[in-house]
Amino acid sequence: MENDAKRFLYVNRKAPYGTIYALESLEVVLIGAAFEQNVSLAFLDDGVFQLTKGQDTQGIGVKNFSPTYRALGDYDVNKLYVEKESLEERGLSVDDLQEITYEDEDDDWEEKPSINIVSRSEMADIMANQDVVLSF
Amino acid sequence: MKFGVVISEGPYTHQASDSAFNFVKAAIANGHEVPRIFFYHDGVNVGTRLSVPPQDERNIQKQWTEIADENCIDLVICIAAAQRRGMLDENEANRQGKDANNIAEGFRISGLGQLIEMGIQSDRLITFGD
Repeated sequence: MENDAKRFLYVNRKAPYGTIYALESLEVVLIGAAFEQNVSLAFLDDGVFQLTKGQDTQGIGVKNFSPTYRALGDYDVNKLYVEKESLEERGLSVDDLQEITYEDEDDDWEEKPSINIVSRSEMADIMANQDVVLSF
Repeated sequence: MKFGVVISEGPYTHQASDSAFNFVKAAIANGHEVPRIFFYHDGVNVGTRLSVPPQDERNIQKQWTEIADENCIDLVICIAAAQRRGMLDENEANRQGKDANNIAEGFRISGLGQLIEMGIQSDRLITFGD
């Protein structure tokens, strides 16, 4: 990664379906990956539902794009921060989320989890530490 | 300072594009630069030349076309978001076999890379949306 890369944070606050924000956020992340910036994703409020496993959209006639999150590791997008309080407020825990991993090139390509559960105050620090914040 | 601006809500329905317009006007008046505006989500609809608002209302598309012309602002409409919503320039209309195009003067259709590039090149990136 280039030293002059900027820190980009994509903030995801909305449920995966019902509005298009989550899908079009993911499209920016995938395109943006080609620019070799320092990328992180934040999931809070209803945005935590984007990462839940077992999504089934057949009943609403909308494409289920949740498998795409598991491919993010292949795009070198491996810092996914999920807010603990947002999960708890919705009766969710980390067990309700998809397993998302990446292969760490600095550690003999060992498979490691991409999802980090962080507290609300840690999330504030993560946001404060960015150059570019894109909110969806 | 160099600002990048993202507009992510549609015109008239939402205040986002009006607030962005006021911000850009004020920024330029205060000596700042706004080289590019990126229209995403329903924000792409700002760039249609076919909107006909009542005469005693502001014309949002015209406001953008004029301020862009006066200040050399690059008005970029996201192609992926635009295609979903029926926003096509002449090239895209031909390529997709459509019988019309609707992009207003001063706007152009391009990819999401333009948004990332704007984030990299700006001192501050500011989003007007929900």
